[in-house]
Amino acid sequence: MKEMKGFVALRDSGLGEAVASFNSLASQRGVCRAGFSLMTYERIGEDLIVCLPGGSHLAPSVRSPYDVETLVPRMRGIGAMAAAGEIGVLSRSDVQRIFDTLSSKGYRIVGPTVRDGSVMWETIQAVSGLPIGWRDHQEPGRYRLEQSGSKDLFGVVHGPQSLKPFAFTPREPLVQIERSKDGFTARPTPPRQEKVAIIGARACDLAGLAIQDQIFLQGEYQDTYYATRREGLFIIAVNCTRALQTCFCASMDTGPCAKNGFDLALTEVDDQLLVQAGSEAGSDLLSVLSLSPASQELTREGALRVDACAQSQVRRLDRTRLPQALYDAHEHPRWDDVAARCLACANCTMVCPTCFCHKVEETPDLTRQNSAHARLWDSCFTQAHGYIHGKNIRPTIKDRYRMWLTHKLASWIDQFGTSGCVGCGRCITWCPVGIDLTEELSVLLKPSEQRSTSSRQQEASGR
Amino acid sequence: MPKCDAEKNQPKLGVFKFTSCDGCQLSLLNLEDDLLALGQALDIAYFPEASSKMNPGPYDLALVEGAITTEEDAHRIRSVREQTKVLVTIGACATSGGIQALRNWADVDSFKQVVYPSPHYIHSLKTSTPISEHVHVDFELWGCPIDKGQLLRVITDLLAGVQPQVPVESVCLECKRRGNVCVMVAKGLACLGPVTRAGCGAICPSMGRDCYGCFGPTEGARKGPGFPPNTTSLANYFHSGLQLIPVDVLRRFRGINGYASSFKQESERWDKKT
Repeated sequence: MKEMKGFVALRDSGLGEAVASFNSLASQRGVCRAGFSLMTYERIGEDLIVCLPGGSHLAPSVRSPYDVETLVPRMRGIGAMAAAGEIGVLSRSDVQRIFDTLSSKGYRIVGPTVRDGSVMWETIQAVSGLPIGWRDHQEPGRYRLEQSGSKDLFGVVHGPQSLKPFAFTPREPLVQIERSKDGFTARPTPPRQEKVAIIGARACDLAGLAIQDQIFLQGEYQDTYYATRREGLFIIAVNCTRALQTCFCASMDTGPCAKNGFDLALTEVDDQLLVQAGSEAGSDLLSVLSLSPASQELTREGALRVDACAQSQVRRLDRTRLPQALYDAHEHPRWDDVAARCLACANCTMVCPTCFCHKVEETPDLTRQNSAHARLWDSCFTQAHGYIHGKNIRPTIKDRYRMWLTHKLASWIDQFGTSGCVGCGRCITWCPVGIDLTEELSVLLKPSEQRSTSSRQQEASGR
Repeated sequence: MPKCDAEKNQPKLGVFKFTSCDGCQLSLLNLEDDLLALGQALDIAYFPEASSKMNPGPYDLALVEGAITTEEDAHRIRSVREQTKVLVTIGACATSGGIQALRNWADVDSFKQVVYPSPHYIHSLKTSTPISEHVHVDFELWGCPIDKGQLLRVITDLLAGVQPQVPVESVCLECKRRGNVCVMVAKGLACLGPVTRAGCGAICPSMGRDCYGCFGPTEGARKGPGFPPNTTSLANYFHSGLQLIPVDVLRRFRGINGYASSFKQESERWDKKT
């Protein structure tokens, strides 16, 4: 049986001992203590397969019953890569090589840049365009950047934008309509295909993009506008080594380690970056870069930091009883409470990586001979969104918040087979009044004696 | 909405000014290239700001700028209404009473004494009120000043005989579509964007400033459908989250559209706390 380099995979029966052993190791090294959720990579049959970074330091009695050949094809993420020895290393001062290689391949490079007190995706030519040394602090309704003085390239976790705008763009011209003698002609206005390399996507962003792909690309009706934009994307993910107060990807099983959906993934470990490929295009780039393989020590350290990031997350979302528990909470009085705070401003849906609602806007010219037909980001929180055929089916803010949260966390599962939430926490941070869906959900899932005003009103009116 | 008579002849347009700064009429002149097209689509019969040729009514479409602040205003708007098929108010003054509606919470006579050497020449009402408090209004276009693109859209739609399509959603949607960073979350500014109607293109937040509500409340404004925006939650957060003292919360809502019903109610709620 081969040993995995620096890792050990365990059956859940051996967990207790392993975690104790890991915690003792972790405390010596000044990192967070291990828990159960952070290290879960895969389930094989009945067994929960847990990878403990630094496993070679563990007591021999907790070594893996699995060998590398069994495990690697079933695992994803940094653990699998490390096990297969596919991680390269690049010093921070050499990251410009990635930029140069991408530029020479004809990519426009987009990365997070400091703007107006946050980071936004902008075209950048060089590493110096990244938010070097900056860190973001996020809490409900509040975002602040701080310069730490470090040389970290990816110290900022994220800004308000996910990957959503790259493929599902805020305003997409669809068709130009012209009146003709015997009717009208409609000329599609497809976007220009462009090669865009995005550096600095997070695991939650990748999970969000996977959901957008599912909505726009799968099934019978593919959206060609989305597809054209999506095809040109080359995504360089960054594994998170620092969790925000608002992060809860670990509980949504979407991060902080990028599992798939990237071309390259980076893990910043002090002045070095671990580089792994996640696609053929990524492997090609990796071979052009011809990096030296990362040492076991460094790989282990990277994995340890990513796991520590998961462990340090203070928010979580309890999915165990979803979707049914939220359907059952339809008349919970908490909906009245949150509706009193919600502004129906739509910020949560705009920043959400998975919200895909849009409207189609018709802009005729004065002569009424031409009209531009465009798709715009829309939101279920607007007045017009609930309007159908002479009636508004969601007239109140309560109707809208309840519909949004129930769709996002419950009926999305029935509709698409996954949660509509990826745990990025953006809706918490960018809500102007700091409404926190994890808090709302935890209250909504507690049974209440009271009922909501709507059910009381319905009863009073004899319905 | 009565359809403008576009087929027979050019529909006649009248542009009328009441108590206002003329900025919204300038938005019409600022249409530039589109103004030529507008001149072909409409007979611009009465527009003293643009031309000294003033043709009498009746008019198919009247664009009304300004609030009612004098007896003469109140009389004249009734005359305009009688001569007009479709009456559209343009701008904050005509739609909510404008910045001069601040007098509605104050004593106009004392202002006259302070400002004018001969106050007895000034004959104005104690209040500044929107056009809709005096005559029936067919459509209200918000803004201080209005957005010229929205104005063109309203005219285009009216000429086509359909209900004008302008959004009643919040400014936040425009901000996010433009890729702005939220000034409230990232800078702690007391921004009215979440309760303010879109249409300006989020000009102020795009320049790093907080929205001051010049496009009026979102849905539920006087003629709008639905419910008023949740100004109470936003005001409470200005106070508890952003540490604005009550008088500052009051001032946020008592601005250019301070007399619009939901902003008015909110500022009066904070008036009791100061």
